[in-house]
Amino acid sequence: MTDRYDAIIVGAGHNGLVCAAVLAAQGRRVLVLEARSQVGGAAITRGFADGFSISACAHLLYQIQPEVLRDLKLHPPLAAEELTTIALGDNGEHVRIHRQRVEGVSDADADEYRRFSKRMLKFAHLLHKLLIRPPPRLGTRDWRDLGALARLGLGVRALGRNDMREFLRVIGMNIHDEATERFENPVLRGAVCFDAVLGTHLGPRSPNTMLTYLYRLAGNRARVSLPRGGMGMVTARLAQAARSAGATIETNSPVQRIVVDNGRVVGVETDSGERFDAYTVVSNADPKRTVMDLVGARHFETTFVKRVGHIRAKGNAAKLHLALDRLPEIAGFSQDDYGQRIVIAGDEHRIERAFNPAKYGSCSPEPVVEMTFPSVHDESLAPDENHVMSAIVQYAPYDLRNGWNDAAKRAFFDSVITAIEKYAPDIDQRIIAAELLTPIDIENEFGMTGGHWHHGELVLDQFLFVRPVSGAAQYAMPLDGLYLCGAGVHPGGGVSGAAGRNAARAILKRETSR
Amino acid sequence: MIPGPVHQGRLESPFYARLKELDTVNEWHQWKGYTAANELYCAETEYFAIRNATAVFDLTPMTKYRITGPDALDYLDRLVTRDMSKVAPGRVAYAAWCDDQGQVIDDGTIFHLREGEYRLCSQERHYGWLLDAAAGFDVDVAHETDDVAALAVQGPTSYSVLSQLGIAGLDALKPFGLMHANFRGADLVISRTGFTGDLGYELWIEPYKAAALWDALFEAGELFGIRAIGTIALDMARIEAGFIAVYEEFLPADETVRTGRSRSPFELGLGWLVDFKKPNFNGRRALAREYRDGSAWQLVKLDIEGNKPAHHAYIFPKEKRNKGDIGFITSAMWSPVCKKNIALGTVRAPYGKPGDALWVEIYYQREMHWSRKMAQATVVDRPFWYPDRRGATPPGPY
Amino acid sequence: MRTYDAIVVGAGHNGLTTAAFLAKAGLDVVCVEKNDYIGGAAVSRNLYQDWIYSNCSYVCSLLRPEIFRALELHKHGLQITPFGGSVQFMENGDYFGAYHDPEVAYRELARFSRRDADNYKTYRADTMRQCRFIRDFLLNTAPDPTSFKPGDLRELLEIGGKFAEMGEDRMYETIRFWTMSVADYLDEYFETEVIKAAKAGSGIIGTALGVYSPGTAYVLLHHYMGEVDGNVGSWGFARGGMGAVSNAIAGAFQAAGGELRTEAGVDTIIVKNGKATGVALENGDEIDGRLVVSAMDVKRTFLKCVERSELPDQFVHRVENFKIRGSSGKLNIALDGLPTFPALPEGSSLINSDMHFIDSLERMERAYDDWKAGTWSKDPYVDMVIPTLSDPTMAPPGKHFMSCFVQYCPHQVEGRAWTSEEKDAFGRTVIDQIANYSPDFRDLILHVEVRTPEDIENEIGITEGNIFHGELTMDQLLFNRPIPGFAQYRSPVDGLYMCGSSTHPGGGVMAAPGANAAREILADLGRQNTVPENFGDD
Repeated sequence: MTDRYDAIIVGAGHNGLVCAAVLAAQGRRVLVLEARSQVGGAAITRGFADGFSISACAHLLYQIQPEVLRDLKLHPPLAAEELTTIALGDNGEHVRIHRQRVEGVSDADADEYRRFSKRMLKFAHLLHKLLIRPPPRLGTRDWRDLGALARLGLGVRALGRNDMREFLRVIGMNIHDEATERFENPVLRGAVCFDAVLGTHLGPRSPNTMLTYLYRLAGNRARVSLPRGGMGMVTARLAQAARSAGATIETNSPVQRIVVDNGRVVGVETDSGERFDAYTVVSNADPKRTVMDLVGARHFETTFVKRVGHIRAKGNAAKLHLALDRLPEIAGFSQDDYGQRIVIAGDEHRIERAFNPAKYGSCSPEPVVEMTFPSVHDESLAPDENHVMSAIVQYAPYDLRNGWNDAAKRAFFDSVITAIEKYAPDIDQRIIAAELLTPIDIENEFGMTGGHWHHGELVLDQFLFVRPVSGAAQYAMPLDGLYLCGAGVHPGGGVSGAAGRNAARAILKRETSR
Repeated sequence: MIPGPVHQGRLESPFYARLKELDTVNEWHQWKGYTAANELYCAETEYFAIRNATAVFDLTPMTKYRITGPDALDYLDRLVTRDMSKVAPGRVAYAAWCDDQGQVIDDGTIFHLREGEYRLCSQERHYGWLLDAAAGFDVDVAHETDDVAALAVQGPTSYSVLSQLGIAGLDALKPFGLMHANFRGADLVISRTGFTGDLGYELWIEPYKAAALWDALFEAGELFGIRAIGTIALDMARIEAGFIAVYEEFLPADETVRTGRSRSPFELGLGWLVDFKKPNFNGRRALAREYRDGSAWQLVKLDIEGNKPAHHAYIFPKEKRNKGDIGFITSAMWSPVCKKNIALGTVRAPYGKPGDALWVEIYYQREMHWSRKMAQATVVDRPFWYPDRRGATPPGPY
Repeated sequence: MRTYDAIVVGAGHNGLTTAAFLAKAGLDVVCVEKNDYIGGAAVSRNLYQDWIYSNCSYVCSLLRPEIFRALELHKHGLQITPFGGSVQFMENGDYFGAYHDPEVAYRELARFSRRDADNYKTYRADTMRQCRFIRDFLLNTAPDPTSFKPGDLRELLEIGGKFAEMGEDRMYETIRFWTMSVADYLDEYFETEVIKAAKAGSGIIGTALGVYSPGTAYVLLHHYMGEVDGNVGSWGFARGGMGAVSNAIAGAFQAAGGELRTEAGVDTIIVKNGKATGVALENGDEIDGRLVVSAMDVKRTFLKCVERSELPDQFVHRVENFKIRGSSGKLNIALDGLPTFPALPEGSSLINSDMHFIDSLERMERAYDDWKAGTWSKDPYVDMVIPTLSDPTMAPPGKHFMSCFVQYCPHQVEGRAWTSEEKDAFGRTVIDQIANYSPDFRDLILHVEVRTPEDIENEIGITEGNIFHGELTMDQLLFNRPIPGFAQYRSPVDGLYMCGSSTHPGGGVMAAPGANAAREILADLGRQNTVPENFGDD
């Protein structure tokens, strides 16, 4: 059948596009189907108020894997590179972190941070090696799995005895203990803790937050950039790469279901009833949506379905977009500071207190915030003197106890503004228009179950060998012809492209081993 | 939620009072929380009721689920290894179900009561698993163990007894068929099934009619040698029939702590229940691998020399009897009807093909002293006991 | 002056165990104890009239049977009586009971959810599999993964082999088990909140973590892997209170020729030329020894009793950052009679069970939030038992002793010492919670001993009064416990060993750290090993 594609990719998120580009570059006939009118998934730029545009979900580029850029010969244009993180302190006593340098703290803290950062980068580098290849299977006699495990073991040993011990100690630890052990400045401690809990259902005291901290560093060594034209520019470039490698990308083509015939996946059917045949279907959607909705639980076995059902993927991060008449006043800020990554987190206790209510389905009364004013670097996002602010705010649990409604949204919005007002007292007066995306909104707009940007909590019991679930960590699902390539599979979320690239490689390898 | 406190002792089936009346030896045990008889007067006499007349066994504690809804068939088809689409209304299927690793969770019978309405009957409880398996199906799974009283009526005269009871249409009921009859206004389901390997039926009725059914049955059976029996006699009959029993020949896979202690259908001689023509069912992928690569274990029926039952015996290969055991006996007995020393056991591949000669190491006690005997054993492929009447339709009066 | 072969500092159950095995090997051993009684946290104390309180640890299941047998503790008066079951009292007036009879237990589960009832057997099998996996390593020294020594490599291979034995799927599930929270673990089996709450308690007892904290599923094992008569997971009372355990081990020690000195608190462990040579007591006396074994927690040992200059900086830094967190308190209560619990049916066996007064994971987690905020839980998780229902020796006839273990209770309140008002308020919180379910309870109280972690630290000496001598988190388990690189009972100081619960496999009245330390010491001395091996299990 000539109409049959080698691979259909469901969803043109960044991972789907990377996967498509890699497969197409290897001569595969690839079709990408995207539900919305725009490619990019959760990495898009779109308008939200008249004349104002924003990176609507992900808003900073820091995890894109160098291997992905290299393979696809991609050079996304950047409006600003290596942003400084400014953690806001009282009375304008902010802490500025740039690479391994910290300002606004004692010399002892600055020294300690340098040591800490160096060691963390070393560990992150090891982690990075894990992230850019499919996880090996355990308990098989396949030489490839054994080789990968041996490499993993040797990688840990190669850290040297001291660092290896330290790595094995900290990997399951919480960030709270690490930060309080090392730093005396509460704002610095808060900034470190904040990075570990961003995008998770964890507080600084939750074990596992060292992993999430390292994960953040494991992409681009934590160099935070702002792409020119917003995150949509990155995915537009990815789409370009995929197209020029020969892939076809169809937008406005929501996939209704993945078609199974006689125990294997044979294609997809779109909402409009159009049918596309393929040898392989790769879903960029999250595992739950793929298994439960697109394919249907009945086509899998019971334990697998049960495990997929138990994937924890309830987001806590909301997204706030503000159109501003001009930049707000922030005490102690230079003009340059407005272009940086700004963190409002207080100390580790404040973050923990913000987290507590999320466990019981309530929003943080005093949320923590990561914000940027991307229009400082990129005039395309806002008219003339005006500006946009993009912020990730936590914690706004997906399963709010009494449900998300306008009042709940308004209340959370107000508490976010209050939190920002503490440092930028005129923020409220500056607002021309505002948009708040709760995890429910994110789920609806971007199709991510639970509105969780990792498509599944990034914790050790959902990591590496057991992501998305035990026995299915190698991108191939237990249904012939079906693969996953989104954030829900190894290594996880963030605009890194690793999952898409790994999935493509797993598909190619599987083809050749047949 | 049901208010407490829960009943602290043993439950009594609706037939308990009748059993108690007949009981002379006071030998009871606990079966799924119910009081059940080991024997009522003499296990051997009870056993001969199965093979010679009609035996009645209280099946009420068996776990029962009612499966209904538009997707009931698809659901069951994914659940069990055999093709359920071939099981028409009015038919019963013996089936096994596996976890994703292709290991048997349990076996049981599935009754296609009416179009799209099934009853699954098993020894163990699996409500959690059955509900998990229902994800993605429009199906309703309801627990009905306590809502259905059940009797096994087994033996050569059982057809005559039930005919005497006035059941019309019984003559046409084939093995693994079921029919509905009216018993004093209640729906009485009669299936031609059983655990004895002989001609026999199972009766299913609402509990409030249970005692009346019992009385009518015993009245009808009076001239046909009807007897109530306990578990010991039933277990003898099932070994002769070569049937496997949970906790003897296998463990529910989801209860095993140690890896390698569960069994696949192939390893239990149930390969005939595995239908790879079905595109998907629980365990399919693992079983397909096992089918290709071979199984680790094989269930064997053994005909053993001599007359000393080989309880818990180790099995050795014929050629290398000093090289260590290859398996063990799971059920053993002296068969009174076959006059044979028979056993079920499990051996490692490649042993256990029909006709293989093996050794078993039997321990037996005579007047306090224990002795050991190496006995030759032959693997047989047919049930030890398989009378023509078991398959005959109509069965004839006997 | 006499030079002992070994000085063991601290006569808790682990110190006594090390001492006993060393003495059995023919060493000349003295065990010194700061208090005028022995036992550390495994004690029976007579604090009110004729009542005997197990005023710290209160139940016994973790004590390794291998050690019991090797030291013939029955000859020294130890007798453990099993008791079982538990009950959760619910806010709505109902209760959930765990019964000994499996069918009754099933009915009770099914009363709330038949699905949960049927899933219980799978839960049990899966949890037991993890217990089996870890149990075989309790009486082994944790291998050093950075080492290339044959012993370490062999042990690592053995662990790897046992892991691989599980088969691919169960290996993955094991990884998940070791890293997930007890709440998430239970969610995979049960849908009923009170059932989850009933099972989750074991995941937080003694730890500064909440039921939602990753890593707490593992803590379950520290409560499940014990055994009484091979009946894994069940609990027992030591006849005569927990002091019977310490007394019996002390008896075995003395029978082997060991010497016990009470009221001999150690001020300093004397180190000369990088080698431990003895101890200086608080009263000024000195005792010489060829080696010193500390049963104290790792912080107290190295930060209070060893000159800092004798230790590598990095080691001191690690010890300083070793996490020992006071998170549990205790109420010991003398009762004039048996309190009634109207929610329970008359004559219910559940009166003689582990009682709890909390019915949801959320309430348990909120109890933890209080602790995180530096105060005691206002709605705590209380693990309450009445040992006198099983053990007639602990109170006069008709009278009772009640032990209430309370999670969470901070070492200090908002970073400062407890005031007596706060301590009273803490005690009241617990009594009020129980009295909600037992109207006559308050009137039966004759005497209450309230123990905060601070009290436990002051009396027994455990830093922050942490019952496990250190958090049971992944960064402090196995080869990380207590300090990476020093997880094999040796310290940076020659001749100075550790044998307390800060070392692998951790706390609970298990005696495994003490036994493991003795084995390592005897190996270093080239002496014959007197420490038993795991019974093992196929």
